[in-house]
Amino acid sequence: MTEHERRVKAEQRERFDFAVIASWIPPGERVLDLGCGDGRLLRYLSETRDVAGYGVEIDDDSVLGCIRNGVDVIQMDIECGLSGFEDKSFDHVIISQALQTMHATEGILNEMLRVADEAVVSFPNFAYRTNRAAIAEGHMPVSEDLPYDWFDTPNVRFFTVADFEDLCTRLGIEIRERLTFDEAGREVTEDPNLNGSLAFYRLGRGS
Amino acid sequence: MSSENSVGVVASQRVQFAEPLLLKSGAELPGFELVFETYGTLNSEHSNAVLVCHALSGSHHVAGHYADDPENVGWWDNLVGPGKPLDTRKFFVVGVNNLGGCYGSTGPLSINPESGRRYGADFPMVTVEDWVAAQARLADHLGIATWAAVVGGSLGGMQALAWSLQLPERIRHALVIASAPKLSAQNIAFNEVARQAIVSDPDFHGGNYAENGVVPTRGLRLARMVGHITYLSDSQMGEKFGRQLRHGEHKFSYDVDFEVESYLRYQGDKFAKFFDANTYLMMTKALDYFDPAYDYDGNLAAALARARASFLVASFSTDWRFSPARSREIVFALLHNRLHVAYAQIECDAGHDSFLLDDPHYHAVLRAYLENIAV
Repeated sequence: MTEHERRVKAEQRERFDFAVIASWIPPGERVLDLGCGDGRLLRYLSETRDVAGYGVEIDDDSVLGCIRNGVDVIQMDIECGLSGFEDKSFDHVIISQALQTMHATEGILNEMLRVADEAVVSFPNFAYRTNRAAIAEGHMPVSEDLPYDWFDTPNVRFFTVADFEDLCTRLGIEIRERLTFDEAGREVTEDPNLNGSLAFYRLGRGS
Repeated sequence: MSSENSVGVVASQRVQFAEPLLLKSGAELPGFELVFETYGTLNSEHSNAVLVCHALSGSHHVAGHYADDPENVGWWDNLVGPGKPLDTRKFFVVGVNNLGGCYGSTGPLSINPESGRRYGADFPMVTVEDWVAAQARLADHLGIATWAAVVGGSLGGMQALAWSLQLPERIRHALVIASAPKLSAQNIAFNEVARQAIVSDPDFHGGNYAENGVVPTRGLRLARMVGHITYLSDSQMGEKFGRQLRHGEHKFSYDVDFEVESYLRYQGDKFAKFFDANTYLMMTKALDYFDPAYDYDGNLAAALARARASFLVASFSTDWRFSPARSREIVFALLHNRLHVAYAQIECDAGHDSFLLDDPHYHAVLRAYLENIAV
């Protein structure tokens, strides 16, 4: 694959992720995006869903990117929690493919459901078929949704669909909806822990 | 900083306002003058005006230099100019010396029309809100109904915030840099030490030193030395001076032994030569009194409910005078009110004074924000 093809593919994939998330966000909502990068998801949501969004980001260049993109952003370290954000001050809080890059998994999930009514989480599933095959052959997986070598990965938490759902149960978090997709972007219905490469969740607290 | 991006030779202007100004303290100024400078051109819609507010010791001379004094470069020249982050090809930039200042606007050194003598100690206490009111008169004079942005660092940032609350319909963007929604007890304590240094100087004469033909130089010098310590970071001082010795050995005397002592004395001496003691006292009091939440039982979010502007808030990692946590107070109060805000916490070693420097990331943030302002 050429660099150009890779980039086009990455962009297509990104749009796909954004579309899945957007499908869960009713128009006009207040949205918080954790680990928002340069703000492109928020921009997409504001253009397609007319949301009022804020991003949270720690990286200098990403914060600068948000400002360039005209996206409201707050530079702070999510690992330290979301103190300052008021309870239930957002309709949705999103963490898109960033939870696996953070250490304070439990704290972040709890904080998300403190500041918003509902959380949207997406992450790469480490138990996906080809990842299992890579491990079986004795190597850490590198795939469409885990595109990093083990020595150069921003990921610090390696978990599966099954692991994540166990943690939700333990934290008393209600799974309201789950969508999983294979590497080709096809929705998976059977055995998502084996057949799903990327997982999306809608989470809440039992009412 | 390259001279080709400079606004070049500039000249100060002066405007007189005959209407009395009722001050927050209840006192009234019968009328007043402001000195100011402008850079760039006001567009036909008058939609590209940016007000730059100065901090404690700043002035209206923000950028460029004077024909007869080329060494006297504006205090934010690294920010303001053609092609610079606050681009004078796009914006019409206004710098003003605040009321009570000592650079030419009406202040303690001016003649009190009632007595025919210098105001001195009789100059009424002015506040951040009074400055905004005076700056609004200047805006009227210049034909500026709405500022595209009001920009300031430190005490200047407080003015930008005050603008957004006091005249919310006249400001579209507020850039609040290295600032705070109010001083902490520690901040006020440092200011009080500075004030006591001045008022206890035998040459102070209760503020009427000019009448006595003297200047409380020793007090001003001490005040500046204390202030200066709070503008720098511990790490930067350590890096710059460490424990370097002036004479290469311990002299066991009270003269300058350590380089940092020499530096502080130099800064104090330089400042005491030109700054007015009464202005210094008043500026520090304006800082102390600033607290928009005061009338809202300390609830900053409630105080900011009036604001309509979009905000850029920026802080510096090593600023312990107005720490990042103080900026976050503003950010979360804005968030509560669902206002547009971008907050950047900039890694910079230079403490509070970072806002005057040209750290590349800091300037990139300002440039990016300012570029998106429609004019």
